[in-house]
Order: sequence, then structure tokens, then C-alpha cells
Amino acid sequence: MLSVYTDFIRIRFLTMLAYRVNYYTGILIYSMNIGVYYFTYKAIYGDAGSIGGFTAAQMTTYVAVSWMARAFYFNNLDREISTEIRDGSIAIQMIRPYNYVLVKVMQGLGEGMFRFLLFMIPGMAIAMLLFPVTLPTDPVAWISFLVMLFFSFLINTQINIITGLTAFFVENNEGMMRMKRVVVDLFSGLILPISLFPGWLATFAQWLPFQAITYLPGSVFTGRVKGVGIWNVLGIQIIWLVVLLVPMIIIWRLARRRLFVQGG
Amino acid sequence: MMYYLGLISEYLKNYMKSRLTYRADFWVEVVSDLLFQASNLIFILVIFMHTDSLGGWSESEVVFVYGFFMVPYGLFSCFVNLWNFSERYIVKGELDRVMTRPAHNLFQIFLENVDPPALVGSAIGLVIMGISGAQMDLYMAWWFIPALIIMSLSAVAIYTGIYTILTSISFFSDAPTGIIPLMYNMQSYGRYPVTIYNRAIQVVLTWILPFAFVGVYPASLFLHREDMQHMALLTPVMGAVFLTLGLLAWNFGIRRYRGAGS
Repeated sequence: MLSVYTDFIRIRFLTMLAYRVNYYTGILIYSMNIGVYYFTYKAIYGDAGSIGGFTAAQMTTYVAVSWMARAFYFNNLDREISTEIRDGSIAIQMIRPYNYVLVKVMQGLGEGMFRFLLFMIPGMAIAMLLFPVTLPTDPVAWISFLVMLFFSFLINTQINIITGLTAFFVENNEGMMRMKRVVVDLFSGLILPISLFPGWLATFAQWLPFQAITYLPGSVFTGRVKGVGIWNVLGIQIIWLVVLLVPMIIIWRLARRRLFVQGG
Repeated sequence: MMYYLGLISEYLKNYMKSRLTYRADFWVEVVSDLLFQASNLIFILVIFMHTDSLGGWSESEVVFVYGFFMVPYGLFSCFVNLWNFSERYIVKGELDRVMTRPAHNLFQIFLENVDPPALVGSAIGLVIMGISGAQMDLYMAWWFIPALIIMSLSAVAIYTGIYTILTSISFFSDAPTGIIPLMYNMQSYGRYPVTIYNRAIQVVLTWILPFAFVGVYPASLFLHREDMQHMALLTPVMGAVFLTLGLLAWNFGIRRYRGAGS
């Protein structure tokens, strides 16, 4: 049974490999985004030693690592699910002897592995050539970052699946998906580390699951969080992983009872 | 000309009819567009909690530039949407249908993809310009409104030119290119004072992919920034040049178009 699911990982990985040329432009896009933020932060720092607990060097690394982590955990599962709901092909998948949601996670994982090897790693190498990124020397930071990155992927995937499944209830969830993307980018700390937010907004962000996707792993990688703090971060990620299972399962249960195929 | 204006109203009527079936989603889309703009504004506001100036520009000035940027961007997003041109018109072959009709093909494609919710962004942009202008006690000269109209239309022309050139590439390459998403990220460079970037990026943003002309340069005219006002006056020229280049690239490319199989 397990081999069915691992096959989904393999197939998605190979499909992505066939379209790998598209990802070269992706590396360029991400490098340019890092560039915008790098120059902006450079102008802000001026002579200032540290802002929001980040030194200028740490901020550069944080920006590069956040974008390249996104290169790994990002996927379009929400769009895939909503398309399959709207064109009705989900009906066929629902009667097959596997769990649809789990299959989506596996496909996401296959895509993630592709993105890790052919997008994140070469992208990071290019970002390091272009910008003064300093990588940590402590192996603990590396190992914990890689573990956390996997949790970032899982949490982001759960959020994507929940968003995609809303297509069962609102028919056209394009706006919902766009909104989710903005909220995740803002509150995950991708465009601004949470510690730069004003107090009330930072508190608000800390009660949301999104900071576990980018900000917390990035804080570990840049060395702002060390020792026991690393376990706290991992704990927060695990808590969110478990908490997000609840709405995902509830929505999936409800959804199966109200399949409504449009056209097809 | 009347013929084309008539077409615009017919297409808008059609749009309203089809959109009203998904009424709730229409508003969700407006809100999500605004949320995107809001997150960019939050970025600017948070940045200025940690610094007094960005490359010699104050918070109100940067917010004003962003407000100005939203006006042409909203117009552009409403009337010029080439985002999935390659998939919809070339891969699926819808271009054949468009080309058998009398109106200019590019014009029809623009009309088929109108997105009026984007105009809400333009309106909010005007409000932001008003608020940040008032904060700076900006002197409101008589020429502000005509200049705003000319600058916004020129900026829309620059956008249209750039994206039409890039879309024309899809007539020559079979695979959908990832270049348009690339440029959508590039345009965010033009919103901040270009003086913070290094020389190479400044040259690119001014002359090659002139995104600085849709944000910071024209806005500097209203802000009376003497360092950039002369660049602002070039905006209509750049608009005319890039729109012409875009149309030439399009007309050249479409002659190479042969319908897809099946």
C-alpha cells in the first residue's frame, strides 16, 4: 500500500523534471526578489548596527534563505485541487482505493524534492555569488534548519490543501487563493521578519501558523535562535502541524458529502 | 473610433453578466487585490519605523510614490491582461477565432480579458496620494490634475509596451515562457526610490525595462523633487516609444502565427 504513495512522489518528481527549463527563470525571479529586499535593507541600515535583532549581515542571509526556502516549500496544490473539483475529475479520484488528500501531499513532496534539488540549491548558490550571504558554521544550525524546512513544507501544504478544498463550498475560489498567498507571504515573515513588525502586529502574527513556515526556521539559520530555543521552534511547528490537521479533516469529510460538479 | 468605443461597452456589459453569476467571488477578488497592495504598504510603513529616510526620501514621499504607482497599475491591470495569453490563445488556438474578426486582434484580446475589479486599486491609489500629500503640505498646483492624467496614461502605455513585447515572444517559441511572471516581480523595483539601487539596476530600470517611469519618476514631478523632475517630463516620450515598439513587435510576431493543430 505504501508503495502506491511513494510512486506518486516519484511520478511527480519526474514530471517536474520534464519541465525543468521553466525553473531557470524561477531562479532568476527569486534572485531578483532577494535583490529588491537586499538593496532596500541596505538603504535602511546605513550605519545602524542592528534592527529588530538582526545585524545587516544577518538580514541579508535571512532574506536569501527565506526566498530559497520558499523555492522548496511552495507549491500549487491549492490550484490543482480547486481545478479538479471544478472540472469534476475529483469524482473519479474519490472512488479509487487511495486517500485523495494523502495523494496530494505525496505529489507535493515529489514537487518539493524537485524544487529542493533543482531550484533551491542552485538558487542559493547564485544568491551567494550576488549578495554577501553568510552561512552558519554550526552544524546544529544546519541540521535543525533542514528538519524545520521539512515541517515548513508540511504546514504550507496543509494550508494549501485547506484553501483548495474550499472550492467545494464557494464554486470559484480564485480570490481566496490569491488572498491566501498574500497572507502567507506577509505573515510568514518572507517580506518582513516578524521582529520588525510593530508590537501588536508581531503579537498577532505569533498567534498564526504562518510564522512557522519562514520566520522561525530563518531565525534558527541566521543564529538568532540557539540552544533550547531551537526545541521551542520545533515544538511550535509540531503543534501547528497537529492543529491544522483538524480543519483539513473536517473540511474533507464535509466536502465528500457535497460534491457538485460544474460542467464537464 | 466610435466602433471601438462601442465594442468596449459591449464587452463590459458581457463581463458584468458573466461575473454576476459569481457575485461573492467578485468581492473576494477585490479584497484580495487590496490585501496585496496593503501588504506592500505595510512593508513601507514598517520599514520607516526603523529609519527616517530611504535613499534620501521620507516616509510620506515613498507612500506618495506608491499611491501614484497604484493608479496606472490599476488601469493597466483592468484593460491589459496578457497573463495567460500563450495558453489561452496559442496553445488552445483561440487566436484563430479572434483573427477572423474585423477589429484589431490585440484590441480584442485586451477586451476579452478586462478585469474591472482592478480599478478599485486605482481609486485607493488616489486616496493614498491625497493623504500623504496632505501630510507633507504638498502645494497643489493647477496643473496637478492634467499632469496626473497624462502621467498615468503614459505609464499605462509603458506597461502595455513592455508586456506586449514580451508576449510577442510567444509567437516565436513553442513552449510557454516563464518570462512574464519574471517581469511582474521586476516591476516592484520601480516603486521605491531608484537611488537606493546600484548603477547597473538604475540603468536597466530607466532605459531597458523602464519600470522607474511608472512609479518614482512621474511621482517626483508632483513631489517637486528637483533631482528627478527632468526625468518625469520624459515619461510621455517613453510611453510613446514603448507603446510603438510593443505594437511593432506584436504585428511582426502575429504574421508568423499559424494556427495550432487539431
